[in-house]
Amino acid sequence: MTEMQEKLVFSRPESVIDRPTHYCPGCHHGIAHRLVGELLDEMNLAENSLLVASIGCSVFLYNYLDVDAVEAPHGRAPAVATGVKRARPDNFVFTYQGDGDLASIGMAEIMHAANRGEKICVVFVNNTVYGMTGGQMAPTTLIGQKTTTTPAGRCITHEGAPIRMAEIIASLGGVAYAARGSLDSVKNISAAKKHLRKAFDCQLNATGFGFVELLSGCPTNWKMTPVQANERLQNEMIPYFPLGVFKDISEEGGIC
Amino acid sequence: MSKQPERIFIKGNEAIARGALAARCKCFFGYPITPQNDIPEFMSSEIIKAGGDFVQAESEVAAANMLLGAGAAGIRAMTSSSSPGMSLKQEAISYMAGSEIPAVIVNMNRGGPGLGDIGPAQGDYYQSTRGGGHGDYRHFTFGPGTVQEAYDLTIRAFDIAFEHRTPVLILGDAILGQMKEPITPWVPEGVDDEAGRDWAITGRTNARETAREKRLIKSLFLGEGELAGQNRHLQAKYDAWTDMAECEQFETEDAELIICAYGSIGRIAKSTVRAFRKQGKKVGLFRPITLYPFPSADLKKLAQAGKRFLTIEHNLGQMVDDVRLAIRTVADSDFFPIYPGNLPTPDELEAPILACLEGK
Repeated sequence: MTEMQEKLVFSRPESVIDRPTHYCPGCHHGIAHRLVGELLDEMNLAENSLLVASIGCSVFLYNYLDVDAVEAPHGRAPAVATGVKRARPDNFVFTYQGDGDLASIGMAEIMHAANRGEKICVVFVNNTVYGMTGGQMAPTTLIGQKTTTTPAGRCITHEGAPIRMAEIIASLGGVAYAARGSLDSVKNISAAKKHLRKAFDCQLNATGFGFVELLSGCPTNWKMTPVQANERLQNEMIPYFPLGVFKDISEEGGIC
Repeated sequence: MSKQPERIFIKGNEAIARGALAARCKCFFGYPITPQNDIPEFMSSEIIKAGGDFVQAESEVAAANMLLGAGAAGIRAMTSSSSPGMSLKQEAISYMAGSEIPAVIVNMNRGGPGLGDIGPAQGDYYQSTRGGGHGDYRHFTFGPGTVQEAYDLTIRAFDIAFEHRTPVLILGDAILGQMKEPITPWVPEGVDDEAGRDWAITGRTNARETAREKRLIKSLFLGEGELAGQNRHLQAKYDAWTDMAECEQFETEDAELIICAYGSIGRIAKSTVRAFRKQGKKVGLFRPITLYPFPSADLKKLAQAGKRFLTIEHNLGQMVDDVRLAIRTVADSDFFPIYPGNLPTPDELEAPILACLEGK
C-alpha cells in the first residue's frame, strides 16, 4: 500500500488574521475579505495600506485584516478615505462598504469621492439587504423581494427600483475603473479578483478612482440555505445586476 | 515663539486661516456658508502653496468626515463652517471624540434656529460646550474676542488637539469673522509633523516606523465593560482639562457688579464697562476665553469676594447656566439676552447694567 502524503495547497493569506469571523454560514463577506487579503499579499500592499471600515456587518473587517484601520460613520467611508488619502498620499487607501452604507446613507459621499477622482479604492459588497440590523430593505433590494420593512415585497411604485451602482459610478468623470463581479462561483470569484486587482492598480498608478461591486449572498436575511442563496444570486441578482467592466481607463494613462 | 515685527490688517476669518497655516495645518476641508467663506477661499490657494491640500467637500457632513480621516492619519487638519453647517458636522465630531481623533473646527456662529440669518449670534454655545452630537462627550472650545486672539488661539488649538487627542472648536461669530483689525502674526517653533503619532494610522512603511502591530482607530466598543471603560477614560481626560481654563478679567478687583460675557459680546461689554468706569461706577468684566473647560474656579473666587453678576449673551440664555453652576453655592447671576438678529451697541447695554447695579 502506498503511503498517503498530505500536501497543503491552499492557505490563509498573510494579510488575513487567523481568527474566527462573526459572519453567518454561507455569507460571502469571508470570500470578499480573502480576495482583498490575497491581493494585499500579492501586490505587497499590506504594510502600506490604510483601511477605512464602514458600518454594517463588514465593520469588523478591521479585526480580520492585518492593516492600519479607521472606522467611519455610516456611509461616510469615501469622505473619510478622502481625508486619509489627502493627508497621506503615499499610502494605499481603500474602503469596504455594504449596500445600505454605500448606496443609501452614503450616496452623496460615494458619488463625490468618485467624481473627484480620489485615488482610493472602494470594495462594494451588494447583498440586497441591510444585514447587521436584521434584514431591512436596501437600495439594492430587488423588486418583489421580501424584507422586514417590505413584508409584501419591494414595490417599484412605493419603494422605487433597485439601484445599479457600478453603472452609476462608471458614468462619473473621475472614475478610472468600475466593474461588477459576483462571489457565487469559482469562475466568478476569479473574475472578481481580477476586477479588484485592476481597481487597486488604478490607485497605485494614480489613474483615478477604482470601484468594484461584488454581488454576495446573505442566507440568514434572505431566509434561505447557503445553496438556495447562491441559486438566487445566479437566477435573480445577476440578471438585474449584470457582471462586467463598465469603465476602464487604466490603459489610457489617467484622467488629468 | 518668534515674534515677527510686521503688523497686518485682516479679517478674523483670515486670521484663523493664517493662524492654521502658522501652526502647520496641512489639510483643509471646506464648504461654503456665510459668514465664514473667507476661510476656505483663503485656504484654497494658500494651503497648497504651503505644501498642503484643500478639498471643497460636497457637504459639511463630508467635510467633517474628511477631517476625521486626516486626523486619524495623524495630520494637522481643519474645517470651518457656520451654525447650520455645524449641525451637520456633529456626527463626525461625536465619532472624533469617541475615537480620540485630533482636529480643529471653526464655527462662525450666525443667527438661528433654522436658517436664521447671516448676522452674529451666540446661539451655538450649548452645542459647542456640551458635545453637540450624540453620546456623552466634550471637546475643548475657545471663544476668541479679538482678531489677534483668533489667530493666537488657532495656533494653540492645534497643539491642544494633538496633545490631548481631541477635536478643538474655535467658536467665533459673524462679527469676529468679518471684522478687520491689525494683528501681529507669529509662527510657533518646533512643530513636529510626525512626533507623538504612535496612535495614528500611517501604514507600517512610514519612515519613522519600525515593525509594529497594526493600529485601529474606532469608537465601537461592544465587549463587556469596554464602552464603560472608554467613557471613564474620556471623562478623566475632560476632568484633567479643568486647570487649562482661561479667562480675561477687566476691572474686576474692586467691582461690585461683574458682567459675564464671551466673544464679541464680551468685547462690546468691555466698552460699556469702560464707559461706566469713567462715571465712577464699579463695574467689571469676566470674559471666558475657554468656553469648555469653563473658568469656574476664577468665577467662584469673585463670588466669594461678594460680587454680584450679570450675564449678557447674544442668545436666550446659555452660558448663564455655567456661570450659575460656578457660583451656585455663594451667589446667583442675572441675565440679559440680546436676541439673535439684533446687534447691540455699547450704549444699549448700559440700561440693563445700570438696572442691575442699582438693584432694580
